[in-house]
Amino acid sequence: MSDSETQTVDAGVALSNPSGKSLEHETIDVGEPKMRARDVDVFYSDKKAIDSVSIDIHTEFVTAFIGPSGCGKSTFLRALNRMNDTIPSARVTGCIELDGEDIYASGMDVVQLRARVGMVFQKPNPFPKSIYENIAYGPRIHGLVESKTDIDEIVEKSLRRAGLWEEVKDRLEDSGTALSGGQQQRLCIARAIAVEPEVILMDEPCSALDPIATAKIEELIDELRGRYGIVIVTHSMQQAARVSQRTAFFHLGSMVEYGLTSDIFTNPRKKRTQDYITGRYG
Amino acid sequence: MSDQAETMRPTRTPAFEARLKKRYASERRFKVLGLGAILFSVAVLVFLLINMTVSGLGGFQRTELAVPVDFTQAGLTVPANPVDEREVVQALQRQGLPEVISFSAEQALGEEGAAHVNNEAWRLVGQQIATDPSMLSQRVELWLPTSENLASAYAGDGNAELQPLAQQLADQGLLEDRFDFGFLQRADATDPQLVGIWGALKGSILTMIVTLALAFPIGVLAALYLEEYAPKNRWTDLIEVSINNLAAVPSIIFGLLGLAVFLAIFPGYRSAPLIGGMTLALMTMPVIVIAGRNAIKAVPPSIRDGALAIGASPIQVVFHHVLPLALPGILTGTIIGMARALGETAPLLLIGMRAFVATPPEDFTSNATVLPMQIFLWSDEIDRGFVERTSAAIIVLLVFLLLMNGLAIYLRNRFEKRW
Repeated sequence: MSDSETQTVDAGVALSNPSGKSLEHETIDVGEPKMRARDVDVFYSDKKAIDSVSIDIHTEFVTAFIGPSGCGKSTFLRALNRMNDTIPSARVTGCIELDGEDIYASGMDVVQLRARVGMVFQKPNPFPKSIYENIAYGPRIHGLVESKTDIDEIVEKSLRRAGLWEEVKDRLEDSGTALSGGQQQRLCIARAIAVEPEVILMDEPCSALDPIATAKIEELIDELRGRYGIVIVTHSMQQAARVSQRTAFFHLGSMVEYGLTSDIFTNPRKKRTQDYITGRYG
Repeated sequence: MSDQAETMRPTRTPAFEARLKKRYASERRFKVLGLGAILFSVAVLVFLLINMTVSGLGGFQRTELAVPVDFTQAGLTVPANPVDEREVVQALQRQGLPEVISFSAEQALGEEGAAHVNNEAWRLVGQQIATDPSMLSQRVELWLPTSENLASAYAGDGNAELQPLAQQLADQGLLEDRFDFGFLQRADATDPQLVGIWGALKGSILTMIVTLALAFPIGVLAALYLEEYAPKNRWTDLIEVSINNLAAVPSIIFGLLGLAVFLAIFPGYRSAPLIGGMTLALMTMPVIVIAGRNAIKAVPPSIRDGALAIGASPIQVVFHHVLPLALPGILTGTIIGMARALGETAPLLLIGMRAFVATPPEDFTSNATVLPMQIFLWSDEIDRGFVERTSAAIIVLLVFLLLMNGLAIYLRNRFEKRW
């Protein structure tokens, strides 16, 4: 999976030094990271849910967040497009940058941010509207389209990219909620990519799906890699191993280890990571 | 030995089976009680409806007398190019139409004849002539409303001396109860033969329009603001408690409020649907706010998240997703609130809507009364004719309520969506 990436990643060491402004030991030959998080803390009221997490998100590969339930991986994911703003008690400190811009800066428009950093949720949540309207909604509210033909084009393109076009092209007017669970989740992915985001955050996108639907979503994630930065939170270590090139292991609100997926699974540096991966807990 | 072990298990003992029987028995009892409750409510409803229909249908009829009138000899003419019906009727009155009718009645029924025909019968004839002037060149047999006394006598009531005459006329086929279309077109009157429900019905419609136009948008906006935008703090808690209390305030208090506030601001609009509607809107709004907040709370957060995650602004989330999904619930609350407002009399008593109003209201500022108030006023009358008219008015009120709720339920089902 990472044959071309011969360099080693020593993110764990870098992260043990939270004051570091960059991940100094990372020497992988890739471009600038799309998103950069540094010393991010997330609080719910006074309770610290995320403790000083630093990580880079690249467009070139899929990043997986793994860890036991309640370890904060979803909380951190929601900090990346400010979905935590909807929870009044949630507070984020530290710095998260998208293309070098601080997304928590006062000049950052949250509506625009979420158009650039899309999200797919654990439970498929298509709008109770037609399949067509589900896809057309995003481009329409952002004014990305002028004419009916533009919308038709975007709808078809998004559904094709999400691998759903062949299945639904004859029933675009049917309700999105009438689809099967796996189709609904691909519809939600199509809805997210219809606004051409730069990063897509996926919060356990397959946890409500059967193995066949899961396989389709995983295939889709692999196809979308490179075009969009993809971050996936998953409970399934096999899934992380299958779809991601970088893996971050979270435990009790902090990021224990980050590195090449192959390294994390075959040669973890931290004992906690090894215990989790070998099934001691979680 | 294994058989022995089987029978010894706790779920295979006779005691367990006895308990099981008891459990089934209690379920059966519960089912019977529930069915009984349903049957009782249905029976009460059916009794009410049948009772209303039987006694109310008579209210849509009135006793009328067949009187032949020969217009060829009367020398009446219709003015050229009349502005409206009223002008024609006035012209005919000046030319002596009332006397023509009295004369015809005396011809047909003897000297007392004129007294048996209703005083206002000539006006109805005038209205018929206005729509069909060719009547003036014909001999016609007209069914005219009788006097109140003859009507009571025909019903086997009232003046005993008139009863044989009524019986005789009925046997000749000259006196009968005929369907009274005018009941649905006229307004209140002192004579039960001449009353109509349209005045009160139109008053109710106008009042409900004002109530809906004020209570629905204000209620929905308040519910949306409280649920979606308001910070959760002591002030919003206080507002929530106040709204809940407002929904429980006795309606007559709202009448006093309408009297003290609205009539102080608009002193010229006593008895007007505008003021009535404003008063009832105060009463209906809290119901809509409470139902609206519950409906908004019931919208799944995943839909909000989905919309926010593709970059919908908060107001787009509210108007594109939350409101359409909450609308069926909001409409249910609106139905309940409006149905209550439609049947309300107490607050309207205080702002003067119990006045005797003999003409249907022209607009939102004319004097008017409403259906429940009309029922209350008529049920207070001593004349026998009003008893049936009251039942008929109740039927009109129920039908109006049914239509209003039917429309709301139709709208609700149209907006209902599954997720």
